[in-house]
Amino acid sequence: MASAELTGAEIVLKSLVDQGVKVVFGYPGGAVLPIYDAFFEQNKIKHILVRHEQGAVHAAEGYARSTGKPGVVLVTSGPGATNAVTGLTDALMDSIPVICLTGQVPSHLIGTDAFQEADTIGITRPCTKHNYLVKDTQDLAKIMHDAFYVATNGRPGPVVVDLPKDVMINTGPYVGPKRAQHSSYKPQVKGNLSSIKEAVELIASAKKPLFYSGGGVVNSGPGASTLLREFVRQTGAPITSTLMGLGAFPSTDESFLGMVGMHGNYEANLAMSECDVMICVGARFDDRVTGRLDAFAQKSKKIHIDIDPSSINKNVPVDIPIVGDVGHVLEDMLKVWKSTARKLDKKANASWWATIAKWRERDCLKYLPGKDIAKPQYVLETLQKAVDGKDAYVTTDVGQHQMWAAQYLKFQDPNRWLTSGGLGTMGYGLPAAIGAQVAHPKSPVICVTGESSFMMNIQELSTAVQYRLPVKILLLNNRYMGMVRQWQELLHGNRYSESYMESLPDFAKVADAFGLESLFADHPDQVENLIADMMACEGPVIAEVMIDQKENCFPMIPSGAAHYEMILGPNGDQPAVSAKGAALV
Amino acid sequence: MDKMTERHTIGVLVDNEAGVLARVVGLFSGRGYNIDSLTVAEVDQNDHQSRITIVTTGTPQVIEQIKAQLGRLVPIHGVTDLTVEGPHVEREMALIKVAGGGETRVESLRIADIFRARVVDSTINSFVFEITGSTDKINSFVGLMRPLGLVDVSRTGVVAISRGDKPM
Repeated sequence: MASAELTGAEIVLKSLVDQGVKVVFGYPGGAVLPIYDAFFEQNKIKHILVRHEQGAVHAAEGYARSTGKPGVVLVTSGPGATNAVTGLTDALMDSIPVICLTGQVPSHLIGTDAFQEADTIGITRPCTKHNYLVKDTQDLAKIMHDAFYVATNGRPGPVVVDLPKDVMINTGPYVGPKRAQHSSYKPQVKGNLSSIKEAVELIASAKKPLFYSGGGVVNSGPGASTLLREFVRQTGAPITSTLMGLGAFPSTDESFLGMVGMHGNYEANLAMSECDVMICVGARFDDRVTGRLDAFAQKSKKIHIDIDPSSINKNVPVDIPIVGDVGHVLEDMLKVWKSTARKLDKKANASWWATIAKWRERDCLKYLPGKDIAKPQYVLETLQKAVDGKDAYVTTDVGQHQMWAAQYLKFQDPNRWLTSGGLGTMGYGLPAAIGAQVAHPKSPVICVTGESSFMMNIQELSTAVQYRLPVKILLLNNRYMGMVRQWQELLHGNRYSESYMESLPDFAKVADAFGLESLFADHPDQVENLIADMMACEGPVIAEVMIDQKENCFPMIPSGAAHYEMILGPNGDQPAVSAKGAALV
Repeated sequence: MDKMTERHTIGVLVDNEAGVLARVVGLFSGRGYNIDSLTVAEVDQNDHQSRITIVTTGTPQVIEQIKAQLGRLVPIHGVTDLTVEGPHVEREMALIKVAGGGETRVESLRIADIFRARVVDSTINSFVFEITGSTDKINSFVGLMRPLGLVDVSRTGVVAISRGDKPM
């Protein structure tokens, strides 16, 4: 066992290579200099230098979400680690596998308030799936591989490995990734077969079944999406999706009712409310989906497939819980369904679809076209036409534009839609687009954003330019934090407290200063050309469209309201928001 | 909306590594769960495993969440709800300091005898009693000592184990 020992920095690099890592997003600093030195002498792993550590984590998330592989981040101690916290929390909420390597002051200085020291393990404990402080180079290789195992198995999530500088300089043995099972973390992958049979029985007996799929289907891998499609087709039941699940089932399919939830489609929300059997596949009954809990889907028996046992019965009690990976469970369900030759009641199903057809007639995404100023919905419809059949990746920031993108874009495949769902992180879109573009250099990657969100990580333009990443930034500018303004209209008597963006920069000059192209449209007639030009750009580009400042995002279930209390448009009878609802987020 | 809360005693087997207790405690504080008492000590020196006993109160739904949330912490080997999994033994130990003289001093000794508390330290005007038993028993003893010159109480919190021959 006298194989040559490696330095800690070399072990880090070697374990990344052995884990199949191709790209690391990072930012150097004092505590990680030994690792950066190891990076300097190799060409197996590409390093993308971001401009802020938050951007590094979002870029890694974009890389992970668009490839299904874990994203890797390398930042320094102290401020490097604390800047990464928002990204880590985002990855935790949306179950994105990220390995974040943080520098740490040398072991003997830990606890002395040394320069750039922070209690990274303490700070990141609640915002990671797990974290490790490596105290000895002897343990380093094992911990590195464990970190990848934990981040990617079970419900994926971010893992921090905190690396004191001396541990990087000292030497230790290297061990490869192939080793025995993790001693304690063994998530259940296969679902319980008798529960699966019970679930199939319940689905077959349904008169108004509804599939409700979520990000878990995307996380499980493309196989799970294929199985979901087949199962939905086999049953002939309708399906709706959460924000995170978009793309797992094709949006253009007749069976697809559109997104569910606060800004979900009328037909999807009413179907949730009226169904008699709900099959929740890799979703977690989030408050954006359920609305008022005591009025949520009261008429249905619920089947819940989730790899995380803590998601089950957390917000909504379910009748048949199935813990397991949705891919495995769907495979077994489909087998049982076929082998027992199940079929839905034809008559009941037809009448269920007739009801849904009536709801669809409301055409809830209809909007009044803008005459002198573009409506955001129109911009997104135009984008949809431009990306049709192009296998594009779309990222968003957070707010109205995010919801419009979710409503008006048509997703055909999983892993193409990258958005900050759980945490709702403004500033996610641009770095995530950078990460996706790094992973898919030939594919169009479009960041749909608003002027306020864009400003939150605007420094990453410099990263896009440095690596010639042709991300297309479609900037919907209404000079407001639009969603904040919308809530102020709904809940606070149109008092637009601090939601107007004063002193916005000239984004064309911003583009110019950073060294990328820009396009501009302030009239609906220019939108089509703008988007065509944007798609044709060979480098990164900001395509700015001035949109109607007053446009709000509908349909909307106001907070504290039930699915059947949706606001459909600006002129509808708006139910007053209850005091209880106003206190919610 | 006020659902009945229940008191549950939960046993957790964990890797005895740095920060594992912080993970468990952080989970409770971060998600707003109650800790009535918590004890921890290494129970297996070879495998470096510790056993944590947590007494908590919550609605049945919250108790289920607590167990599921504990179960997904990476260094946790097992979670057992002793309250639902059948008969079990719960014990707590306390050290109780009582100071005084004359009749109250004698009275404290008499009561200690009834409760099978032992005197583990004595000065001319004080005792330290060691008492083991259920939480209720210790509460009663402390209550009785109060008028007799109670000075300090130090309690371990509940440790618990299931009856019978099966491991957790």
